[in-house]
Amino acid sequence: MSIPKKWVGRGVALVTGGSAIATVLTVLAIMGIIVYGGIGHLSWDFIFGSPEKGMTEGGIYPAIMGTFFLVLLMSLVGVPVGTVTAIYLNEYVGQTSKVGRSIRFAVNTLAGIPSIVFGLFGLGFFISFMGGGIDKAFNGGELLWGQPNILWASLTMALLTLPVVIVSVEEAIKSVPRELREGSLALGATRLETIWKVVLPQSMTGILTGAILAISRGAGEVAPILFTGAAYFLPELPDALTDQFMELGYHIYIMSTQSPDVEATKPIQFATTLVLLLLTFTLNFSAIFLRWHLRRRAIR
Amino acid sequence: MTENIKIRAGKLNLQYGQKHALRDIDLDIEKNRVTALIGPSGCGKSTFLRCLNRMNDLIDSARIQGRVEIDGTDIYGKDVDPVLLRRKVGMIFQKSNPFPKSIYENIAYGPRIHGVKDKRTLDQIVEKSLRGAALWDEVKDDLAKSGLALSGGQQQRLCIARAIAVDPEVLLMDEPASALDPIATAKIEELIWQLKENYTIVIVTHSMHQASRVSDTTAFFYMGEMVETGPTQKIFTSPSQKRTEDYITGRFG
Repeated sequence: MSIPKKWVGRGVALVTGGSAIATVLTVLAIMGIIVYGGIGHLSWDFIFGSPEKGMTEGGIYPAIMGTFFLVLLMSLVGVPVGTVTAIYLNEYVGQTSKVGRSIRFAVNTLAGIPSIVFGLFGLGFFISFMGGGIDKAFNGGELLWGQPNILWASLTMALLTLPVVIVSVEEAIKSVPRELREGSLALGATRLETIWKVVLPQSMTGILTGAILAISRGAGEVAPILFTGAAYFLPELPDALTDQFMELGYHIYIMSTQSPDVEATKPIQFATTLVLLLLTFTLNFSAIFLRWHLRRRAIR
Repeated sequence: MTENIKIRAGKLNLQYGQKHALRDIDLDIEKNRVTALIGPSGCGKSTFLRCLNRMNDLIDSARIQGRVEIDGTDIYGKDVDPVLLRRKVGMIFQKSNPFPKSIYENIAYGPRIHGVKDKRTLDQIVEKSLRGAALWDEVKDDLAKSGLALSGGQQQRLCIARAIAVDPEVLLMDEPASALDPIATAKIEELIWQLKENYTIVIVTHSMHQASRVSDTTAFFYMGEMVETGPTQKIFTSPSQKRTEDYITGRFG
């Protein structure tokens, strides 16, 4: 009547194992297709050239540099804000206090908001409200800040990646032994001196990990910059905060949907995707390495 | 007699949430003497010690009532800054906790925080403190080495040097030798004898031998109460309380 237990066991093993293999195969397939399609087009000219002939030829240098400036500005804002938040959460409010729990809830919620919503928020808050406000107040209504640019895009991206930074830094700060803090306080150091001279130096790796994870997350996102600063085609690099910029992920999206000849841009699409993947992988692996390094030190 | 009293606790009570950790503690601690606090685990001796430099302030759930006077001033008074108090009342912890910095920087940490910038002065403080902690001869050529590279006993003496570098008047020691081997322990105990010339020392210890070796006065804590205090000699030979005698003779704890 009932199925023998042995068969149930085998069935479960088959289903779970099959799912695991499917996951691995998916990753391999994506990687394989991208590497196969893109590696042939990868060259120094491609990396250091500008797009030409409706993006059917040339390189992606402006997009690489645009991505670089974007994540740089984003980190300059997001990492300090995230670090300070983590310090506040860990050093100034108790683990179980109402304030601490509300902030953590907010951080977790922020992490769960779809990236397109960040994009829309950036458009509404930074560009219309802040940029428009600045223009009205200081430029006599002339449009300068109230339009998409690299500053607003970076700030939007910083908001998106804030939870990543907060979580990484908090983990690092938590791993600083209580004895070290007490040792410092017992010498007559204030809480601020203790944080600045003992806790933060010990958390440097964690802060760095947070920054790298944020960058790798940020470099892969397109939605937040869609309305806030990314440009379709700009042969020149941005040289002011009010400039727009090209970006790798957005460039791929443009080529595959907006290009006059989508078929002809295919090799460039593959190669661009490959560059983007290599970039984020490198960043992720360095974060993993740093974290491993941090854990090892924490145990010792 | 009174002018010899450095620290005076009066009706000191401490509660962690629902737990009443210290009950009506009255205890006088004499200047330039070593006072040992003994008692079974959880009896409140470490908690009491941490009241003396307001380390318990860091624990949100701790509520303190009563008085602790140092040189006649209530350290829980409104105008007392715990940060300044801790300069005057140093602390050595159970687990040695050197900063992950060089030996030199470990000692210079306190003086730097208190505004000493001159390199020559710092050098002098470092040497004087290391000598004071009987560590100078062992490390004078390796001041740039990490404090964590030292042996356990050396690390604890480094922490003592770090504590005396800010020129305190009182040193609180929370089982300073509990993680050390007998030789390192002997060195620390010898050091405590030397230190009492300049400092008032309060030491929490689990080892009754240690208490009898290093202290002038002993106070026995039990279940959050201070049962008995007196000259160490008397406490260990003819205690007046039954509970003290039971503990000393090893009947419990």
